[in-house]
Amino acid sequence: MLVEETLKRIQSQNGVQGIIIINSEGIPIKTTLDNASTVQYAGLIHQLVMKARSTVRDIDPQNDLTFLRIRSKKNEIMIAPDKDYFLIVIQNPSD
Amino acid sequence: MEIVHVYTKLHSEFGRQCLFSDRPAELLVDVPADQSLASQFTQRTRRDQSLQASRDMSEHRVNTKRFESESCGLNHEEGGWPKDVNHQVMEQTIRFRKKVEKDESYINSILQLGSVMEHCIRQNNAVDIYQDCFEDGEMPEEHQEPPSAKTINVFRDPNELKRTVTGLSWHPDGGEKLAAAYSCLEFQKTSRDMSLDSYIWDIENPNRPELSLKPASPLVCLEYNPKDCHSLVGGSYNGQIAYWDSRRGSQPVETSSVEHSHRDPVYKIIWLQSKTGTDTFSASTDGQVLWWDVRKLSEPTERLVLDPSREGNPERALGAISLDFESTMPTKFMVGTEQGLVVSCNRKAKTPTEKVVCTYDGHQGPVYALQRNPFFPKNFLTVGDWTARIWSEDIKESSIMWTKYQMSYLMDACWSPVRPSVFFTVKMDGVLDMWDILFKQNDPTLSLKVCDEALYSLRLQDNGRLVACGSQQGEATLLEISSGLSTLQKNEKSLLAAMFERETKREKILEARQREIRLKERSRSEQSRSEDGGREDIDQSPLQLMARAEEDFYVLTETEKKGKEREDQDLSSEL
Repeated sequence: MLVEETLKRIQSQNGVQGIIIINSEGIPIKTTLDNASTVQYAGLIHQLVMKARSTVRDIDPQNDLTFLRIRSKKNEIMIAPDKDYFLIVIQNPSD
Repeated sequence: MEIVHVYTKLHSEFGRQCLFSDRPAELLVDVPADQSLASQFTQRTRRDQSLQASRDMSEHRVNTKRFESESCGLNHEEGGWPKDVNHQVMEQTIRFRKKVEKDESYINSILQLGSVMEHCIRQNNAVDIYQDCFEDGEMPEEHQEPPSAKTINVFRDPNELKRTVTGLSWHPDGGEKLAAAYSCLEFQKTSRDMSLDSYIWDIENPNRPELSLKPASPLVCLEYNPKDCHSLVGGSYNGQIAYWDSRRGSQPVETSSVEHSHRDPVYKIIWLQSKTGTDTFSASTDGQVLWWDVRKLSEPTERLVLDPSREGNPERALGAISLDFESTMPTKFMVGTEQGLVVSCNRKAKTPTEKVVCTYDGHQGPVYALQRNPFFPKNFLTVGDWTARIWSEDIKESSIMWTKYQMSYLMDACWSPVRPSVFFTVKMDGVLDMWDILFKQNDPTLSLKVCDEALYSLRLQDNGRLVACGSQQGEATLLEISSGLSTLQKNEKSLLAAMFERETKREKILEARQREIRLKERSRSEQSRSEDGGREDIDQSPLQLMARAEEDFYVLTETEKKGKEREDQDLSSEL
């Protein structure tokens, strides 16, 4: 229930277009987008987060990736990685 | 110390068969190490030396092979599902997901991630951290960088036998593609093995043309339809016109019939502005300008014979080499001829005699290029023999501005679509010149040697930054010009307008004066004719003409002098 609440709160924020939760294997657990986009995002972002994390740790083994933001022309993809799960939010900043 | 080992063989034993047998090793010499010699040597500094089992060469060049890469999309499929879950089956996936959602660690991590995420989302909504803080309304002052151009790509004719790039046309939508027409214009130099194809190149990929067009005869010119980015029309060496749709492939959708086409290579073909967007007209050295509707290429819709005497006589027609059509003046068009004349015509004239409005006596050789200035349609640029000339429509006697005689023949020219005072020319020695007439009129602002062989064609992309020029060996080079030459300067239009006006006025005055003189001549000759009773010889030899001119001159000066003397006398008498 708490999870639902959290996700609802996030969804209600300004400009949020979609939320995806994927596990460490890249399987989408929960999503607000359609299946095809979800699968695409899951596959691509999973690889990107793995690469980003390994980059950060290669430079400094004590360091770890806490957040990843990809700003594009049309929107911003924010990824919060955890040990087992990733929370992905696509936001279109309204300003 | 000498170490000698002697092999002996009796003379009588020569020629005998060799009988080999095993033998234990025999120590012949044993030289122990002598440490006292070490003092004569010093240790050499260690050095890394790499060795390669390859031949030693005095001069050698290596170039990697061309890497052909193709981009293709990736198909995403779901993966990562554990072995017992078949991801096609909805039930199993749902069950799996529900199981995960019940997991403790899942809940904890999501809660934690959720709060982090919310923070960032709120940040985004609060402040746009990527906004432009310092809005620059105008570009900062021109850095006076010297004008330059750099080659971006070279598109080579993929066939063995290279043909000249005789025509170039940019894709109308953004110019990502370039269509190039290849043919061999030298008389009887086409061999049977020469390919007939022309190509459409994607400017990002110079290795392979995107599409090849296969006409029945090599194309001399090729044009994209500015309204429809998929259709192209091409004029070929045998006089036929062919129409392609790039979606439909390499074969022409339709070709005009041989009987009704031109009888000479079609040198230029242009699309017209019409409601249907399917009209074109073409010009060729057989003296005809033909109008076509590409939906029905079996017969031209209209025909005009370029006869300067306005009789429509094809025997005396001038061969047309270049054509210009400005969409702001849809009924008028201009033709540049092989004989050096520029003919201005009106399409909507009622009678054929009125079709040819006027002619401009331009060059000593064929007028290879003709284009109106996109900003000042009354002025147009022609190129032929060794000069480039700028004309004003009203002045028919001579051009208002011209370049000095260049070292080699000019083959093509065009105005820059963004800067009214800039135009480009290509020459037979492979040089691309950029002229900025507001900056310097005697010499080109920038002169670049593009290649060793002659450059035959030139085309600028609509954004004014990319230039494509085609050479005799089938190479189309793509250059990017520096921003200085491709951005509109302040007051450029007004300055250029003032310049054109000034030059036009000058020419007008000169023309008026010339006419006056001629009128005077004629009236005097008429007078003298009526006096002599028509005994004046019309075909006078040049010497006689010169003598007469001299006489007239002296008479004139004498009368002037006498008039002056009389004036002076009057003045002095008054005093």
